[in-house]
Amino acid sequence: MKLIIGLIVLWPLIGFLFNGLGRNIWSKKVIAYKATGYIAMSFVFSIIAFLNIQTNGAATVHYFDFINTDTIKIPFDFKVDALSSLFLLVITGVGTLIHLYSTAYMKDEEAPHYARYFAYLNLFIFSMLLLVLGDNYVIMFIGWEGVGLCSYLLIGYWFTNSTYNYAAKKAFIMNRIGDLGFLLAIFWLVVKLGSVSYGTVLTAESLAKLSTTDITAITLLLFVGAMGKSAQIPLYTWLPDAMAGPTPVSALIHAATMVTAGIYMITRSNILFSASAFTQNVVAIIGISTALLAATIAIKQNDIKKVLAYSTVSQLGYMFLGLGVGAYSGAVFHVITHAFFKALLFLGAGSVIHAMHHEQDIRKMGGLKSKLPITHITFLIGCIAIAGVPPFSGFFSKDEILAAAFAKNPIYWALGVLGAAMTAFYMFRLYATTFLGQFRGTEDQSHHLHESPFAMTLPLILLAVASAIAGAIGIPELMGGHHWLSHQLIPIIGEAKEAHLSHQMEWLLMGISVTIAIIALLLAVNRYKRQADGEPQTAVGKFLYNKWHIDELYDQAIVQPLNKFAGFLKKNVEKNIIDGTVNGTGKLVQYSARKLRLIQNGQVGYYILFIVIGIIVLFLCWFNDIAILRFFSLLTNKS
Amino acid sequence: MFLLIFLLIPILAAIILFLVKKESTGNAIAIGAGLLSLFGAVYIITNKTESFDVSWLAAINSRFLLQADGLAKILVLLTAITFPSIFIATNKNHIQNKNSFLGLMLLTQAGLMGVFLAGDALLFYFFWELALIPVYFLCSIWGGEKRIAITFKFFIYTFLGSLLMLIGIVLLYSNTTDHSFLLSSFKNAHLTNAQQLSAFALFFIAFAIKMPIFPLHTWQPDAYEQSPTAVTMVLSAVMVKMGLYGVIRWLLPLFPMAAAAHSNMVITLSVVGILYASFIAIRQDDMKRLIAYSSIAHIGLMSAALFTNTSIGMQGVLVQLFSHGINVLGLWIIADIIEQQTGTRSMKALGGLAKQQPTLAILLVGFAFANIALPLTNAFVGEFLMFNALFQFNPWMAAIAGVSVVLAAIYTLNMVQKIAYGEISQATAKMEMPNNNAQGVLIVLLAIVFITGIYPQPLFNITADTLQQMFVK
Repeated sequence: MKLIIGLIVLWPLIGFLFNGLGRNIWSKKVIAYKATGYIAMSFVFSIIAFLNIQTNGAATVHYFDFINTDTIKIPFDFKVDALSSLFLLVITGVGTLIHLYSTAYMKDEEAPHYARYFAYLNLFIFSMLLLVLGDNYVIMFIGWEGVGLCSYLLIGYWFTNSTYNYAAKKAFIMNRIGDLGFLLAIFWLVVKLGSVSYGTVLTAESLAKLSTTDITAITLLLFVGAMGKSAQIPLYTWLPDAMAGPTPVSALIHAATMVTAGIYMITRSNILFSASAFTQNVVAIIGISTALLAATIAIKQNDIKKVLAYSTVSQLGYMFLGLGVGAYSGAVFHVITHAFFKALLFLGAGSVIHAMHHEQDIRKMGGLKSKLPITHITFLIGCIAIAGVPPFSGFFSKDEILAAAFAKNPIYWALGVLGAAMTAFYMFRLYATTFLGQFRGTEDQSHHLHESPFAMTLPLILLAVASAIAGAIGIPELMGGHHWLSHQLIPIIGEAKEAHLSHQMEWLLMGISVTIAIIALLLAVNRYKRQADGEPQTAVGKFLYNKWHIDELYDQAIVQPLNKFAGFLKKNVEKNIIDGTVNGTGKLVQYSARKLRLIQNGQVGYYILFIVIGIIVLFLCWFNDIAILRFFSLLTNKS
Repeated sequence: MFLLIFLLIPILAAIILFLVKKESTGNAIAIGAGLLSLFGAVYIITNKTESFDVSWLAAINSRFLLQADGLAKILVLLTAITFPSIFIATNKNHIQNKNSFLGLMLLTQAGLMGVFLAGDALLFYFFWELALIPVYFLCSIWGGEKRIAITFKFFIYTFLGSLLMLIGIVLLYSNTTDHSFLLSSFKNAHLTNAQQLSAFALFFIAFAIKMPIFPLHTWQPDAYEQSPTAVTMVLSAVMVKMGLYGVIRWLLPLFPMAAAAHSNMVITLSVVGILYASFIAIRQDDMKRLIAYSSIAHIGLMSAALFTNTSIGMQGVLVQLFSHGINVLGLWIIADIIEQQTGTRSMKALGGLAKQQPTLAILLVGFAFANIALPLTNAFVGEFLMFNALFQFNPWMAAIAGVSVVLAAIYTLNMVQKIAYGEISQATAKMEMPNNNAQGVLIVLLAIVFITGIYPQPLFNITADTLQQMFVK
């Protein structure tokens, strides 16, 4: 088992080194095969590990001690259990498909850059695997920052474009703000418990050692980390900008895997979170607020990737709502289904962008249905899945979260349904504007419209199948299902709490949310099947189109003042006050030297005068026993 | 005996260099001596070396005592890596009177080694000054336009500290029972509280200027900017460590009571300094000044951690002494290559390095992420432990200092963006040939960054005995 788990992580690392160091050596074909092959190997070993723990139970393996001193011990251990093995399958499975897709999508890149792209992508998988496999918070943090690095490198992959570079930098810095919270949580654990290993921290004994304040503080700080990585209010604005990266990157990192790290972290720490009602409320409120905010923005965006980006932010909000109301398995369920349908949607968008020669504005598309048949049908499946129409996967996972939300507080549920309606609306607005109606692009584009190559359509087809049927892993008992997933997760999150809802109530809620979603999607199709949105006319429309002006707000309220403050320190404090004092002291010495020199004027009378003054001063000091004299006496009186 | 020979290698090489005329021979001698020292350092670390102890100034009972414990070892290793790296990386740079330049560099090396190995306070002071004097000449002869004024300031400022320390040494000496300058005798000196406080202040100011601790830092960015880059590398990779070393070797063991009493003040100053320097770094356009302020911020964290008086903080500092040196050396070498080839340090004028010289850009990105302590780089290990210590001391302090984690990302990524990304600028277009020597050195250094970042245990092992002495009694 030690070897198998080790290899899951090592394959992508080998791929990274192979492509990174050999970027000037290998041909594109070699790079493509190797990069994809290594991740596929990782996937195979993940399956083996998954099957292994199904029979033998969770496994923890030790490799070496990362830090081992008298005061603190951080072993480099991996843990494969129900939770991490599921994430393994999603990461390496979706990862393999996206690598495959990338081989075709990035084919116009020169070989060294092609290698660089795959090196980053491999390194990303490696970091992501560290994140979910680590058996303590420090290893998780290593992966956590590692994926941030890869995200940075891939958003700024086209490094000559300065807008992309800014987007990359913004992503890293906003994530770092979250990471600081995560770090402080780790320090708190070290100070209180002396350990960061899950086996020690996440136990009833440890919980007993922590005060309520401790638990609330630790969980809030962890949640700050999750806000950064999983793009929640107020740290979400980096994610839409991150769309600067190549589209497969958006699919893998900014939809399917990295951004769900926060959900993984909280699910992993569910014992702590469940012990703090305050934090749970915060998580739920931030989650539902983010879900709604992002959904409203998505309604008015015209960039195909931006719509999907805000949709991702919004869906992540749902997952946090689930975590906040204690529906951990629902959140993980939604992570899995979302990984499928959102990766599918992004890759579909990539296929469209590819066909449209890098056009991303949906107002200039339309009528692509007949030209891109496979992309069209798979994209449609993705839209249905995310809209929550049964029996597609999104319906089951979203419904589980909504049901739990209702049990906690019906207002959460009502807001959740509102968000779901918006989701259905903006997704089908996107679908209809892009694929239905008349083509609105240029003559030139219409001649070159073509379906993407097999390496791109195959992942689309496989992901579409997964998006359609993945709900099967969590069919609720209500529908005569068995809910395989929540049974799987029992060792980590405990028995699912008895739902307080009657079956009738559940059916009713489900019926309402599905009906509203279907009405919303029909409205959208009807409205956008012939024409695209024009410029926003109403005040509300403009406000949403401009994303609530949040970016401008941050810029005015935080970035600019800090910049000015830094400038003030540099110009005024550093130069004038501090260095001024230093140089002033020097000048004063020189000045007094120049003046004092004049006292040495050769007149004996003056000298005698000064001698007398000196003696008087000395005597005064002597009798007053002041500190200077005492000091000199210390020096002279040896014994 | 081995330690004495080890110390004499650079001195002898320096003497030869002053006599040799031919530049290529000079280069070879310097690199040879540097590498020989490196082998020596590796030997010292891997073997138990006997201390070297002879009477020196018998009249006042000062001894020529050299000894290598964990603290000394890690700094000797850093010094021994730094010098040959500099010699190799800058060996194509055109420098007038190069052999004298190299000779003075080697004398500096000898001084630094002496500082770290000395077990006698007077000897320590002797080497402390010995290291400073050649640097004075190096800066004032080979430095930038404003070198005379800046070097003078630098010299006076640090020399002022040195003199205060000398008074402190005399004060302690006069209170030892056996009239000796040995560290062990100093530890047993009978000091009243008032005496301990004044001696603490005298030593502290000297070390605080050297580190430097805010607000005694303004000599540093100027000196870094105006010195020839080879000297800047020495200053920031090794010489600032003299201050930290002094705190660990002399200040904390000799004046534990005074140190504890002032820990709040020192830590507050350090934390203010961390943020202050980070903010200023954000607004720098000059590559060298940016690295200088970044370095001040990093050193601030180390001084804060030292005064928490925790074993975990000390462990972090001991590792970080080494790691910070390696990282900042890498950044300086890159800055030097860029300055040498483009003739500018202004980041506004740069850009497009990733296109022009991809390998150098990759190396830059590597060191940049080490500079912001990304996990699995060496700096993460040290910073993680040091922040833990600060958190133990006061969680708010750790949270405030933690803001620098974000600020570091801002200024470092700004630098990467301006230098490496974008289209090739006019200045960058001048970078026609990669400097293979320097890149070779950088690759080795970057390997050290990752190896010690992934598996830092050897660094812990080297320094284990120092930690034992200080915290397990």
